[in-house]
Amino acid sequence: MIRVQREDFDVGAELARLGQGNRAIGGVCTFVGLVRDMSDDEKVSAMTLEHYSGMTEKALAEIEEEARARWPLKDSLIIHRYGRLEPGDRIVLVATASAHRAAAFESCQFLVDWLKTRAPFWKREEGEEGARWVESRAEDEKAAAGWASDRKKE
Amino acid sequence: MRILYFAWLRERIGLAEEEVAPPPEVTDVRGLVEWCCRRGRGYAAAFADPSRIRVAVNQEAVGLDHPVGKGDEVAFFPPMTGG
Repeated sequence: MIRVQREDFDVGAELARLGQGNRAIGGVCTFVGLVRDMSDDEKVSAMTLEHYSGMTEKALAEIEEEARARWPLKDSLIIHRYGRLEPGDRIVLVATASAHRAAAFESCQFLVDWLKTRAPFWKREEGEEGARWVESRAEDEKAAAGWASDRKKE
Repeated sequence: MRILYFAWLRERIGLAEEEVAPPPEVTDVRGLVEWCCRRGRGYAAAFADPSRIRVAVNQEAVGLDHPVGKGDEVAFFPPMTGG
């Protein structure tokens, strides 16, 4: 399931709902992304996430579908927030549920790596020197590429 | 054709979206960018470095050679920085 929302989410409540009643689930892996108060040695006071409504939902659904084709997942969840956030605020939740831990761990990392470079979000940080758009990082591109291209295109 | 701009492209061009009717010789994304650059200084500044621009046609990420035509939704934006 995917959700794109302005509001915060309750990690405990979301995990309780994930795969509810499915006794074949042996492990759930969770990633929660937070707003940091530092970026490249510069203090960050707030961050605004802009996104491409419509394409965002489509891209996240495709990424989730890709993970479920690659690993035997019993359930999965991606929640991504947009709007103005402050240090310590939650940005994203990725959770994967599987019979065994390897699939849950691997697919969770895959989802985070891919959504960073494939879901149309852009971060604008506010700091002491004013506001600036966050540049994409070569390491993020590399991490996403490490999972190879779309299975469909292979 | 509808064009959307995001992040610093939106700021440099001064628009979030617009309806355009490019001439018939504009058949792909590359041609559309070249046509846009001739429309004003804001566009030329925004599209100055193609390596920093990504594009989607009808909400699918595509390359510069992808065809565009009447009725398409084309979006220009910097590399994504979500997560």
